[in-house]
Amino acid sequence: MLYIKCPYCGMRSQNEFSYGGDASVKRPELNKEISDEEWDNFVYNRKSLRGKHLELWHHLAGCRQWIKVERDTATHEIFNTYKADEVIS
Amino acid sequence: MQKYSIFNLIKNAFSNHENWDLAWKDPTPKEEYDVVIIGGGGHGLATAYYLAKEHNITKVAIIEKGWIGGGNVGRNTTIIRSNYMHDENALFSEFGMNLWRKMSQDLNYNVMFSPRGIINLAHSDAQMNAYARRGNSMRLNGIDAVLLNREQVKEIIPMADFSENVRFPIFGGLMQPSAGTARHDAVAWGYARQADSMGVDIIQNCEVTGFDVAAGKINGIRTSRGNIKTKKVGLCVAGSTNILAEKLNMTLPIETHLLQACVSEPVKPILDRVVTFGAGHFYISQSDKGEMVMGGDLDGYNSYAQRGNLPTLQHVLTEGIAMMPFLSKLKMLRTWGGIMDMSMDGSPIIDKTHIDGLYLNCGWCYGGFKATPASGWTFAHTIAQDRVHELNAGFSLNRFSTGHLIDEKGLGTKTWIS
Repeated sequence: MLYIKCPYCGMRSQNEFSYGGDASVKRPELNKEISDEEWDNFVYNRKSLRGKHLELWHHLAGCRQWIKVERDTATHEIFNTYKADEVIS
Repeated sequence: MQKYSIFNLIKNAFSNHENWDLAWKDPTPKEEYDVVIIGGGGHGLATAYYLAKEHNITKVAIIEKGWIGGGNVGRNTTIIRSNYMHDENALFSEFGMNLWRKMSQDLNYNVMFSPRGIINLAHSDAQMNAYARRGNSMRLNGIDAVLLNREQVKEIIPMADFSENVRFPIFGGLMQPSAGTARHDAVAWGYARQADSMGVDIIQNCEVTGFDVAAGKINGIRTSRGNIKTKKVGLCVAGSTNILAEKLNMTLPIETHLLQACVSEPVKPILDRVVTFGAGHFYISQSDKGEMVMGGDLDGYNSYAQRGNLPTLQHVLTEGIAMMPFLSKLKMLRTWGGIMDMSMDGSPIIDKTHIDGLYLNCGWCYGGFKATPASGWTFAHTIAQDRVHELNAGFSLNRFSTGHLIDEKGLGTKTWIS
């Protein structure tokens, strides 16, 4: 069982959350000519790192906020959690 | 190579079975090979076998980080089927079914192929219609499919919950009678033994640490046991594809996820089919030892842990008990996890890459085991001829950018959508 510290609600069990995938993926800018390759990278291609991975989680059965979680994909250790719009230095 | 036969069994009995040949050798890596297969799982071993058998290429090495049979080929739920709707998956899998049927004879190794049939349960009229459509598509592709009504299903699996007041009543099901199971370890051992006997070097405990690529061509690989020169490399490492792709500066339409399976304590024969629950993701069969073999959903987030989490197991087994209530009386014997290549459309990739001499076999999602022979056969063809076979032409890497996705039933990485 994972325990994820929601920046809004505090420590909660993984049962309250739903996974949203790699948080480092950026949507191509609006109103810009976008190549197939750029779309490909946004929609499909993923690094799927082994080790530290920044990812989106949705506190679906809680405050319903999207958050970012920095987690180790091999050990499941959670290093840090952030609000979705928080700038990570 | 010693043939496995009743006569050799009797002959060796006189010497207390102490003089059998090793099933495969433990060679040190040579300096150069014609083809290097990375990954000694079922698919890698099958690829090497078919390279030698069908294409007469025997200067081949299989590089395995762990040991033969220690990865997903020993971690799956052994289901073999070809009940697909889309042509690409259906024709590929049915080609594989024909290889499964003669595999024990082919490999001189009893893989215990048991075509006991698979039943996908339906729990609504709409689902019955969808299954009728899938069944018709299968039959058009020459695959056996039978649509069963509630009474017919009840006759075959009376232990399922047929009471009236359940949340997901059984309306009927789609059956592929020729589907079944096989002994997964025997598949790995059988392919390894035959490949080895034809000259393939199976190199275990050898990790690939890098690739020598120059001017868009592959020249060799670097491993923990030294550098190996080769013009052709086949990447066959589902579960670790992203890790090796990173060393090649490739980003692939694959996420690495964890899938769990479990078995109950052994009980007397009760279930002689493979059955899947239609209102969720749960499948069950009974092994020859009597254990109920069960599996279902991914854990749901990127993972390389090879060990699962309990909430998913609980969720999966809740579905199992809803379908077959007697399961609640059984004790759990073992649970385990394997790491999967989850491709973005739920279908695999067997293709060339932008690097000359580098071939890719990955993205097997939930269905790697049953694809073992067909995957090996087509991948061997792709490597030997430097072009894809028509059976794997649809499993291209660029289908994601061209829009030719093979979305069988929305079983890609995004389990959170379902």
